[in-house]
Amino acid sequence: MAKPMSIKESFGDKVFLAMVYTFLISVVIVVLYPLIYIVSSSLSSPLAVSSGKVWLWPVDFSLAGYKAIFNNSEVLVGYANSLFYTFFGTIISVTLTVMFAYPLSRKSFYGRNFLMIFILFTMLFSGGLIPEYLVVKHLHMLDTRWALIIPKAIAVWQVIIAVTFFRTSIPDEIVEASEMDGCSDLRFLWSVVLPLSKPIIAVLVLMYAIFQWNSYFDAMIYLKSEALYPLQVVLRNILILNTTSSATMDAQKLMEMNQVADLMKYSLIVVASLPVLIIYPFVQRHFMKGVLIGSVKG
Amino acid sequence: MKSLRKHWQFYLLIIPAVLYFIIFKYIPMLGSIIAFKDYNVVQGIWGSPWVGLKYFKLFFDNPAAWDLIKNTLFISFYGIVACFPLPIILALALNEIRQGRFKKFVQIVTYAPYFISTVVLVSMIIVLTSPRLGIFNHMLEAIGLPSINFMGDPGLFSSIYVWSDVWQFTGYSAVIYLAALSGIDTSLYEAAKIDGASRLQKIIHIDLPGIMPAITIILILTVGNIMGVGFEKIFLMQNPLNLETSEVLSTYVYKMGLLNANYSFAGAIGLFNSVVNLILLVMANIFAKRISGNSLW
Repeated sequence: MAKPMSIKESFGDKVFLAMVYTFLISVVIVVLYPLIYIVSSSLSSPLAVSSGKVWLWPVDFSLAGYKAIFNNSEVLVGYANSLFYTFFGTIISVTLTVMFAYPLSRKSFYGRNFLMIFILFTMLFSGGLIPEYLVVKHLHMLDTRWALIIPKAIAVWQVIIAVTFFRTSIPDEIVEASEMDGCSDLRFLWSVVLPLSKPIIAVLVLMYAIFQWNSYFDAMIYLKSEALYPLQVVLRNILILNTTSSATMDAQKLMEMNQVADLMKYSLIVVASLPVLIIYPFVQRHFMKGVLIGSVKG
Repeated sequence: MKSLRKHWQFYLLIIPAVLYFIIFKYIPMLGSIIAFKDYNVVQGIWGSPWVGLKYFKLFFDNPAAWDLIKNTLFISFYGIVACFPLPIILALALNEIRQGRFKKFVQIVTYAPYFISTVVLVSMIIVLTSPRLGIFNHMLEAIGLPSINFMGDPGLFSSIYVWSDVWQFTGYSAVIYLAALSGIDTSLYEAAKIDGASRLQKIIHIDLPGIMPAITIILILTVGNIMGVGFEKIFLMQNPLNLETSEVLSTYVYKMGLLNANYSFAGAIGLFNSVVNLILLVMANIFAKRISGNSLW
């Protein structure tokens, strides 16, 4: 749309616009500053961090914090576990969601209204923590990798987004036409719907993957073996509870090691968020799309 | 019937998901009858004896119960008051400026904290507010004020919780309002321009009414979740020093149920929590329907 500039902005409007810009710039500063501060601290020397010399940019550039992480086996195991849970969890979640959402999006599918209510009700009312825990316990999933992948495999919101996408971008007319040609539903889903649904599959993959990467609570309640801990639980132990099992402190170097331990907290925060930060610019656009598709319906 | 036979493959496809919802959502719902029973491991949920409202009485007779409810409601209302208006203001402000690099930059930056995990966010709070190392205390020192143990002060807990939520979610929540704003009929703006309306007048008379449906829906959903304040974050932020204001219903359920294995007692509190949430959601929906004509169903 061409911008008609025939009517000049009044003085009041200019002042108002200046206020808008001031507001937005201050919002950006407030959001960005803690992030920059953490990254800068993680790249500074242990001494500079513990003596509070870092304000905005790294002071006495050093990678000591990152080196400490790579010598910490808990973190490495956690990282590997998180990659495992995220990879397989996402595959299972996306597969189940697509298998469920596609029939729900078709008019010819008898029972779709009932099923929609069936899943929406679970958003309104839940059994709560205790009964859910007991179900997982009775399935003998406690302290297994399954406990992190299966009980939260399908999210209602993601199903709604997928249903909305399938309904709007794969019209019933094409489906009917293909039925005339004797194409079965499964075959149609596999060779027509999926290739057309790359955008929604990307959205689902990203949403499930980030959810899985970031979650800690299920791991905390369902897992006992440290060898199975995902990164977020390891982070909680080190950063929030301040406990590491591998802490063997040399009396002489105590001071120095404490400083490194402090510094490592900053580096850990950065390293834990790294996978998300790397894909973020790519994710952001798709995420917005997902939020928007969902809100059309909701 | 004909469609059943013709589309049998659809039913095959949905089996895993339907089983999933039954096992992990509906069975736990039935399982919440544990609140009315004396659960023991040997007899299981179904075999354990009924005890009626015993555990509800036990909970409400305890004066601590009211502290929990008070903390839960206080953090929730504080959260709504602080978190609700800002995304709307941010979206309106973004809508005022022209498409371009700056706008995109603001959006990308404000949206970023949404992707940070709860554990990392709480770690950031702890590191940044630490009395010894934290930047907040360095700032206080720099202007000559005494340092504060932020996380150890029960009076500050709710504020830290709520404002870090604002920091994390404002940009994300603004997306929905921005979408609603982009759906407003552009002819309205042109008409307003011809009438000589100022930018502020356009916001008040065109933008706000235009996004009212979105505002209502999100408010209903927020109210419906009042009792379910972010358990994961509160739990991580808790420490012995701030517990008097930071203990909420959901964290108490976790401690009673899973740490102390008082399944029935915790189940009763959990059920109370879910039912209150459901009632609030239904009420908010009726209320919104009466007032604005917008509702969830």
